[in-house]
Amino acid sequence: MITIEKLNFDYKKKKLFKDLSLDLKHGSIYGLLGKNGAGKTTFLKILAGLIFPESGEISVLGFTPAERNPDFLKELFFLPEEYTLPGIKAGEYKKIYAPFYPDFDEERFFELISEFNLPEDSKLSNFSYGQKKKFLLSFGIASNSRILLLDEPTNGLDIPTKTRFRKIVASSQSKERIIIISTHQVRDVEHLIDPVLILDEGRIIFNETMDRVADILTVEKVSSLSDTADILYSENEIDGYKVVVKNRDRDQNAIDFETLFNAVITNPHGIQSAFNGGSPNETK
Amino acid sequence: MHFKEKQAIYIQLAEMITDNILSGRWIEEDKIPSVREMAITMEVNPNTIARTYNYLQDKGIIQNKRGIGYFVSPDGCALAKESRRKKFLKTELPVFFKSMKLLDIDFETVADLYKEYSRKGANNENE
Repeated sequence: MITIEKLNFDYKKKKLFKDLSLDLKHGSIYGLLGKNGAGKTTFLKILAGLIFPESGEISVLGFTPAERNPDFLKELFFLPEEYTLPGIKAGEYKKIYAPFYPDFDEERFFELISEFNLPEDSKLSNFSYGQKKKFLLSFGIASNSRILLLDEPTNGLDIPTKTRFRKIVASSQSKERIIIISTHQVRDVEHLIDPVLILDEGRIIFNETMDRVADILTVEKVSSLSDTADILYSENEIDGYKVVVKNRDRDQNAIDFETLFNAVITNPHGIQSAFNGGSPNETK
Repeated sequence: MHFKEKQAIYIQLAEMITDNILSGRWIEEDKIPSVREMAITMEVNPNTIARTYNYLQDKGIIQNKRGIGYFVSPDGCALAKESRRKKFLKTELPVFFKSMKLLDIDFETVADLYKEYSRKGANNENE
């Protein structure tokens, strides 16, 4: 469990998080979406205990990340977007760092290394950006830590590796684990992330499972906007409009992340009221 | 006119599985992949696969034998066919009708083509 209450954080004079609150449960692969500069990386770093909040209560598995308790750190793996790796080989790295993770799965580690075609006899510092990422990903998955934070994990990965990445993440989910994937590349993780978190204007403005999203919202194609009631969001397309409206029947439809994200960012109050059971008109 | 975009992923996956059963790729009482195996193959969140399996189980198309895994039900094929028939008549046919109308294709043309298709289909099966 991760619980955050009234988190505040500033970067110099810029207020980044304003009373941000959030609860995350085990057994899920959360997708953290947000515009550039929304604070996704900072948010992950705060969860990892790498930077400290100004105020607010944060509990990750019962620990306060900023205290950096070893019992907390052995349950956490953070894959940053930028990293440097030492001039040693994969096996040596494992020898030094794996002991920090009591549940480290050595067999799985070497399995992943070979699945990613990473050379075991070259120095990690000589790896390309993508190879380094694959290496850290292998280590993180094998660590069996209960919290796995992945910052833009598909960035810099080639096409076949993205496929492999999805398979590996799908296979790594367990009832005990919380995986958080922060990303702009929503198409890379389209059917993988669930629930979706959207960070905007200093807060988590959206935290819903895709199942609930499909219960409440639906995407339709209409020829004109005037004959459709309660439009929450619309996009002009060559053959009409793509609109997000409240789902009026029991059938569920797929909503792509890009449309959902745009709808939430453009009309946060309308979307929120749809999820709280009201119709968009009632909020007026 | 309102037309829905594609269906929820768990339904699309359920259809893929019923199609596998209808085509005879998976036969009655066959073991089907576990939730985890399916999640890896399809690159989909395991919770979504679990949802698909529950949905198919509710329809009686697959069965969960505790501790062993999921199997195609003894009458899975008939139930799969019934389920796909309903879906075809309810959602696929209206799309087809819409195109017919849009393109001024009358019912006789379709009937003729269907007869021809059936004849060819029968010939192909005889070969």
